[in-house]
Amino acid sequence: MEKPVLKKIWVDGRTHEVPESNNLLQTVLDLGYDLPYFCWHPALGSVGACRQCAVKQFRDADDRDGMIIMACMTPVSDGLRISIDDPEAVAFRASVIGWLMTNHPHDCPICDEGGECHLQDMTVMTGHNQRTYRFNKRTFRNQNLGPFLNHEMNRCIQCYRCVRFYRDYAGGKDFNVFGSRNRTYFGRVKDGTLESPFSGNLAEICPTGVFTDKTEKAHYTRKWDLQTAPSLCTLCGLGCNTLPGERLGTLRRIRNRYHGEINRYFLCDRGRFGYEFVNSPRRIRHPALRQPGSPGSAIVSAEQAIDHAAGLLAGGATIGIGSPTASLEANHALRTLVGAENFFVGIGGSEAELLRTVLATLGAGPAGPPSLREIERADAVLILGEDLTNTAPLLDLAVRQSVLNVPLDHARALDVPHWNDAVNRLVINNERGPLFVATPAPTSLDELASGVCRAAPQDIAHLGFAIAAIVGSGAPALGDLPDAIARLVGPAAEALRNSKTPLIIAGMGSGDLATIRAAATLVRELANTNPAAALCLVVPDCNSVGVGLLGAPDLSHAAAAAARGEFTNAIVLEPDLSRRGRSEALSTILDTVPHVVVLDHLEGPATDRAELVLPAATFAESGGTMVNNEGRAQRFFQVFVPEGEVRASWRWLQQIGERVLGPDSVPWDGSDDVAKGLAEAIPVFGPIADLMSTLTHEPRRRVPRQSHRVTGRTSVNAHLQIREPRPPDDGESPLAFSMEGSPLPPPAGLITRYWSPGWNSVQALSRFQEEIGGALRGGDPGVRLIEPRPSDVASTSHDEPTRFTPRSGEWLLVSLYHLFGSERLSLETPGVAEQAPAPYVALNPDDGDRLGVGPGDTLVVEIEGRTLELPLEPEPGLPRGCAGLPEGLPGLRDLPAGRWARLRRLP
Amino acid sequence: MAEATPLTQGIPADGKPLGLREYEAMGGYEALRTAVGQMTPEDVIEVVKDSNLRGRGGAGFPTGMKWGFVPKRDGKPGRRYVVANGDEMEPGTFKDRLLMEGNPHQLIEGMTLAAYAIEADFAYVFIRWAYRDAFHRLRDAAHEAEKAGYIGKRILGTDFHLEFHIHGSAGRYMCGEETGLLNSLQGGRANPRSKPPFPPVAGLYGKPTVIQNIETLCNVPQIISNGAEWFRNLGLAGDAGTKLYGVSGKVNRPGIFELPMGTPIREIIEEHAGGMRDGLRLRGFLPGGASTPFLLDEHLDLPMDFNHIAEAGSRLGTGTMIILDDRTCPVGMLANMEHFYAQESCGWCTPCRDGLPWVEKTLHAMETGAGKDEDLEILELHCKLLGPGYTFCALAPGAVDPLASALRFFREDFEAHISERRCPWRNPS
Repeated sequence: MEKPVLKKIWVDGRTHEVPESNNLLQTVLDLGYDLPYFCWHPALGSVGACRQCAVKQFRDADDRDGMIIMACMTPVSDGLRISIDDPEAVAFRASVIGWLMTNHPHDCPICDEGGECHLQDMTVMTGHNQRTYRFNKRTFRNQNLGPFLNHEMNRCIQCYRCVRFYRDYAGGKDFNVFGSRNRTYFGRVKDGTLESPFSGNLAEICPTGVFTDKTEKAHYTRKWDLQTAPSLCTLCGLGCNTLPGERLGTLRRIRNRYHGEINRYFLCDRGRFGYEFVNSPRRIRHPALRQPGSPGSAIVSAEQAIDHAAGLLAGGATIGIGSPTASLEANHALRTLVGAENFFVGIGGSEAELLRTVLATLGAGPAGPPSLREIERADAVLILGEDLTNTAPLLDLAVRQSVLNVPLDHARALDVPHWNDAVNRLVINNERGPLFVATPAPTSLDELASGVCRAAPQDIAHLGFAIAAIVGSGAPALGDLPDAIARLVGPAAEALRNSKTPLIIAGMGSGDLATIRAAATLVRELANTNPAAALCLVVPDCNSVGVGLLGAPDLSHAAAAAARGEFTNAIVLEPDLSRRGRSEALSTILDTVPHVVVLDHLEGPATDRAELVLPAATFAESGGTMVNNEGRAQRFFQVFVPEGEVRASWRWLQQIGERVLGPDSVPWDGSDDVAKGLAEAIPVFGPIADLMSTLTHEPRRRVPRQSHRVTGRTSVNAHLQIREPRPPDDGESPLAFSMEGSPLPPPAGLITRYWSPGWNSVQALSRFQEEIGGALRGGDPGVRLIEPRPSDVASTSHDEPTRFTPRSGEWLLVSLYHLFGSERLSLETPGVAEQAPAPYVALNPDDGDRLGVGPGDTLVVEIEGRTLELPLEPEPGLPRGCAGLPEGLPGLRDLPAGRWARLRRLP
Repeated sequence: MAEATPLTQGIPADGKPLGLREYEAMGGYEALRTAVGQMTPEDVIEVVKDSNLRGRGGAGFPTGMKWGFVPKRDGKPGRRYVVANGDEMEPGTFKDRLLMEGNPHQLIEGMTLAAYAIEADFAYVFIRWAYRDAFHRLRDAAHEAEKAGYIGKRILGTDFHLEFHIHGSAGRYMCGEETGLLNSLQGGRANPRSKPPFPPVAGLYGKPTVIQNIETLCNVPQIISNGAEWFRNLGLAGDAGTKLYGVSGKVNRPGIFELPMGTPIREIIEEHAGGMRDGLRLRGFLPGGASTPFLLDEHLDLPMDFNHIAEAGSRLGTGTMIILDDRTCPVGMLANMEHFYAQESCGWCTPCRDGLPWVEKTLHAMETGAGKDEDLEILELHCKLLGPGYTFCALAPGAVDPLASALRFFREDFEAHISERRCPWRNPS
């Protein structure tokens, strides 16, 4: 990092040394001053619309008059003298609120935003408290924007943040600003579900209650009544930080938790709204044991369940199946219980091979795996095979920012500050930096790309190798590439070679090993001359990398061993039967091992087949560690104590272990102890111990999970029990299930809410950052387990795969992903299920013609002898010879893993 | 061919436009021939600078200086634009209409000269929707000019190309603000842009752009033909050239008059506009359109030019004055004007978007007998807080300038509206 140039400024007579790169508003906020604002947002920059951050600027020490300026539009310059407290500036800021209030309804008591409303905070801050406007307010008709966001336009204060985020930042098209003057309207052309995968951020971007979380509204509670704890999103592999909020046993919502290197200010809609599985009526809340000779199961006590499991384990060999969606602690506890030699991870054979290659190449290049923040800064990007928008949505958002870096040079040449959003976008106009997208099917990033090609996975690998060959030797090595691919090779190679920060993105979504190898090879070639070259690899699950690092064999070995009758018992952690590569092997285990114990959240096909079902806590009901796609281990903390006998998986396993192995083998008081055990057992996890030491808190200075304003503490259960119940004891984390605790700001990894005196909305976040938009105070949490390995780049090779050739009568299956639908747990949110597509098979229309089928016709799809009937979706983007099959949709779950399918018209 | 009325000379009285042949016969396109044949782009800018031509759209910015801000090409590629602002929507202003309808080729030649000076390759005329005649005449004239080789490819056989477009806009007052116009021309909302950078550096589509009022551009051919000194000497009181002055209100001959810059106001009103109608007395006037502060009869002997009007506390604006007579309600006049401004606010910045409707409603309440004692204070507060620097662009300051001066000059009328709970003019007791 370059050392920032410091400038001396005066604020109300006090001198400060501040960096010159920021605007004056951010500067004074960073200095701790209170200055109200609306239209400015750290991620969106300044546009100067709302006029709320007015201050007085003075020419010099003798200037008594000064002039009103907008802090957000003012660069910091040496000797700048301003006053926030100047009476004219104070009066003007109060007037701005007065104007906004001419139309804003006085509905705070019944407004969803009340209590965390930036407009409320700013109104109080400016001191506007007397209404002098006596005329009617304007009113609007609201729109139905779909299942996730509520629209209440009468509350709008026209700050333009929503439209700037939705269109300019996130690339959405179906939302806009309409009309003019004080009838300016923010919405869609007509009612309908917002199409952007990032629409939910409007709830946090909006400074008041125009856009509010509709899922939260269905079980609404005030922010101050929410019990919250730092958590992680479990719905893809990026490890976005979240703040789930609970009250009275119901998870009410997910909010963004800032991490300066990962998700920063935004979440995707799956991550924000896909939480309702925690509240599902299908939740398993008590252990259930199948009675011999009876078809169903009966609820048993925890003790009975543990007794039974211990009895089973004592009676024969036990296989343990870990899970890439469960914490490291849960997996380690299982591994400890069954023994390392009997522990397998719950991913399929080909997926495991992909994951091993990912782990071997993750550190490729001196730069190491890039964070999302670093991806935003890339100036040339090549995407090989991965549909980011649907497999790792925040990556899509990061790439959308990266394409602005090259054209931003034009603005820099005109001395336009980086924060001057409108002018930067004007000067950039429609120009975009280099982005090349090579995928089997169209992606939403295509529209930004300088080059796009559609090809079968192995041909995409060819493309990567061909570019690598040019980068490495300067000469194209591969002669027989199809035109569509060959056209991309030269421009992509040139752009990457000329780039300061080239980035290759690939991943497991393509299902193609050669593509990952090609990406790694290309990064290595780039890194020979450019140490900033980086490789980002997408993984499917929140703890894929974590379980990969455990180094255990995969389901194919487990199923084979089970089929050989080697095990009497199986303990299966959160089995995922939704993915083609996994369900077959898991089914084998569930069906062939005599005694099966399943730990899971929801009733489903796996628990139906289990002898003993143990209710496993979700991410919101337990704590632990997960490792994201960049190898960053992160802690998440229990948000609330669930009803019933729901326990953290590791706790069940420990309690069984105490009986089977003896207490000394599982000496764990809390998840921290499990993690420490793991750190000692497997060296790669060593840094996790450091992670915990940075989070350790004095026991008496616990961080409260509840706000100091929580209501009804003594009365909410009075109809059941007049005595105030003792708050649940959290013996294992530095947090407390209480409003009581340390009043001091917690360490970065333990932030349970954004609040600061006078700042009740999410805007209080700036009080927790070292610099607005930068790292959290004390450093962003988490620790990298994978360090860059500049010279030791394994698994890179030039052994190119064979070229793809379409077969007669058979089609290569390529996975298609859906933000809503390809992840099984989020489908429990009704709005997510509503937007998930029905099962289908996609074909190039030419292939359709060959089979004599058109849109709406039904095809018989035969995979390794299994047949199913699916409607045809013509997809002109798909290469001929490939058939697109959506991943994870209900109805497409229990399928063989085969890569080729026979297709025929339904007779 | 130097005439006393160089801008309007030859415009037929029958309302028909001057055709290409007629324009050429008067020496039209000779300036272009001279420029591309004998002058460098820098020479053209120098002559325009020397002429002291100042922008006729209201701000009076020196035109040559603006052109000089466009970065030199130095062989670099990239589009550059000349844009003519024909969104004449300032209440009381109808001077550009005469020029566009009467002599479209003069505008085309002026724009082509401007394009030559800044090495632009695209030119747009942005015309307000209501000026349909101007739109069609300019479009026809552009076809003629292209056929004759004055615009388009290889102008007059040189390497100078200029793609010429006539853009009919949906029209809003905000489109008259140059950056709002550029946003609108790009297909966006007519919101103003933050400056710097100014359009000569980053204008249309972020590229160097010179945007000028119609009248300004129409002056350019004559300046090139007759020289800077000739132009400077046309003015009477320091400012250069002639000016299209307009007079509206209850005068005997409202209209547009091309007169030397600096002609005394009294002469414009009394000689050219025929003085006040019988029985009416001039009570005040907005010298340069509805967004300029009132002047009074004590100012009638001032030369009508940028500096003298500014010194008197108002602005020359578009030079088209609106007369308030002694039988018209000043509060009603302001209520009407503020209704216009509140309606024309683009909705971008808070003070303008939400402050002007408050002003409008307050004045309307006064007019309908619902005024309150505190209303004067509310109006005065808005006059201050909607001023320059507080708002994003000049729309709101232009809206409250005349109101502030009216509150000063005609305060007794406002007070009477409130105390009598009626408009004394509309509802005499």
